[in-house]
Amino acid sequence: MSDIEDRVRKKVVEHLGVEEDKVTENASFIDDLGADSLDTVELVMAFEEEFGIEIPDDAAESIQTFGDAVTFIKANS
Amino acid sequence: MKKGQQMFDLTGKCALITGASGGIGAEIARALHGQGATVGLSGTREEPLKSLASDLGERAHILPCNLSDADAVNALPKQAIEAMGSVDILVNNAGITRDNLFMRMSEEEWADVINVNLTSAFRLSKGVLRGMMKARWGRIVNISSIVGATGNPGQGNYAASKAGMVGMGKSLAYEVASRNITVNTVAPGFIATPMTDKLTDDQKSKINDQIPAGRMGTPGEIAAAVTYLSSQEAAYVTGATIHVNGGMAML
Repeated sequence: MSDIEDRVRKKVVEHLGVEEDKVTENASFIDDLGADSLDTVELVMAFEEEFGIEIPDDAAESIQTFGDAVTFIKANS
Repeated sequence: MKKGQQMFDLTGKCALITGASGGIGAEIARALHGQGATVGLSGTREEPLKSLASDLGERAHILPCNLSDADAVNALPKQAIEAMGSVDILVNNAGITRDNLFMRMSEEEWADVINVNLTSAFRLSKGVLRGMMKARWGRIVNISSIVGATGNPGQGNYAASKAGMVGMGKSLAYEVASRNITVNTVAPGFIATPMTDKLTDDQKSKINDQIPAGRMGTPGEIAAAVTYLSSQEAAYVTGATIHVNGGMAML
């Protein structure tokens, strides 16, 4: 497991209050992890700060699962 | 609340006020500052902002901005955060008029008013939300107008922009209520400002005849409503419009 994955998972657990083992690659923030649309906006904000990157609105919309987030951050940080 | 504790205390809060160079905006800034807030004074004319800031003394920052310039508007929240540390309270007060009969109104007159009055409020609200979401606290107060609710001949553009602020504010209020951010509107009626001072006594008395209170309002009476909506005490008020119009339209 990569460092980036760990850090993303930690943020997701922190923000959504879910069990760590629920945060799997294909876990959808909204469908599986109980996030509402505003939670996903906040998650993206948290990722931006954690990794010191900027995630534009259109990219943010495509980040639906834990795996999406890890892939995007790996490609952009 | 403890006995002796001041109501509507804004100590430690930072407020960004647009149109602070105008009569109502300046009074809003004074009122929030008087409750202990740090204020960011925005406006197009730098001179009145400077004199207001020097009047207020500490906790006042000047942030000139041309609200018809999209890039300048989008940069303003960041500048305000740099100057004050945060924006906890946003007052979208700035507004312009380009009155004309509907049949004569140009595309430009329409677009200018919508752009400055409504679109800049959208841009600024969007820009300050990030910090408010993180802080789990925020107040956005939009200054609309009685004509947004009643309409007014010659002001199709202005009335549309002011009614637009209400609908926009209510939608945003829904979205962010769970984060302790409230979005409300104050709708002034006729307010005595340097602009209305120019009216003749005859014109004034005709206006006053339409107002049950028999007089125009004062900028301080608008500022008081803004102060309330900005306060901790108003935490459970969101998506609301406070009409401050002496009974001219009881909505």
